[in-house]
Amino acid sequence: MKFTSLSVIMILILASCSSDNKKRLPILGNREPVEKTVDGKLVTDTLYQTIPSFRFLNQDSVAFTDKDLDGKIYVTDFFFTSCPSICPVMHRNMMKVFQEYKGNDQVRIVSHTIDFKYDTPSKLKAYAKKLGAESDQWQFLWGNKNDVYNIAEKNYLVAVNEDKNAPGGYIHQGWFILVDKEKRLRGAYDGTKPDQVDQMIADMKTLLDEYKDQE
Amino acid sequence: MNIKIRNKLLVILACSTSLISIFQACQSQGDINYARYYTNGKKLYDTHCQNCHGAEGQGLAALIPPLTDTVYLTQHRDELACIVKHGLNGEIIINGQTFNEQMPANHQLTDIDIAAIVTYITNSFGNKQGLYDVTNAGTDLKNCRH
Repeated sequence: MKFTSLSVIMILILASCSSDNKKRLPILGNREPVEKTVDGKLVTDTLYQTIPSFRFLNQDSVAFTDKDLDGKIYVTDFFFTSCPSICPVMHRNMMKVFQEYKGNDQVRIVSHTIDFKYDTPSKLKAYAKKLGAESDQWQFLWGNKNDVYNIAEKNYLVAVNEDKNAPGGYIHQGWFILVDKEKRLRGAYDGTKPDQVDQMIADMKTLLDEYKDQE
Repeated sequence: MNIKIRNKLLVILACSTSLISIFQACQSQGDINYARYYTNGKKLYDTHCQNCHGAEGQGLAALIPPLTDTVYLTQHRDELACIVKHGLNGEIIINGQTFNEQMPANHQLTDIDIAAIVTYITNSFGNKQGLYDVTNAGTDLKNCRH
């Protein structure tokens, strides 16, 4: 009798383990149902919000587009080099992500400056060098105000703005946004909090495992 | 016999507990003052300094200098209040590494707040300089090169 109950418990534990293995990250952002005809039948599919095509200049003054992120998962954030408030914390934490996935060609970090006036590519280059982030894996992108602010608010859902009264002249949120290979939003983490960044590092592994299963 | 030993132990325990509490109560006025500056300093540091210089005063790569260079902080003790209040521009060498970024000013901070921050920094991260009070800050802030 005892043995039976014990084995039931064991089976339950094992069952819970195997469901953990198949953990998937949620898909975030707006979604809309679309109806289409497959083999003569009407089926409803879900259309998820994706990052549209873009073109910015990176720290080497070379054009960097969404195509460069094909087949990669990536993390995006918004910052500026002269930022006296949350950016140093964000990039101290992002450095950990960078170290963790250094050399993994499926992973990229994409940092957008919101200081379109001052943070020219050469400034970004100097910043990357001093940060110790000189690598193709970590891109620092510059673009005109409209393009950057639009993609931030409409596509990555991160609020950014100019504000003369804010320290440094800009206000922005410190989110790290995780994007998958289909360019869908899969996670948003407070980049100023080490525990959330640790969670993101773990979630990035979960996300990469999804593609491993597909192979 | 056993009970006797136990009673003895209890007496010793009671005595030592009361002795410790007496010592703690007798903390000198200076120590209390220092503790007050240090505690306030930590709070202010977390608000105004930690984002850049880090919770452990570790700085950020070659962008933001750490606060662990005991020699620099000792030699520049008179200038620290000015740096906190007016920021810093130009090259400095910390732990043998050159830094040349702009540190923003904190004009809104009062002398006593600055004194608390300096007390906290110069007694954390491996530093041990003792109390830096509002009088020190007042004197040093009059001589700023700004």
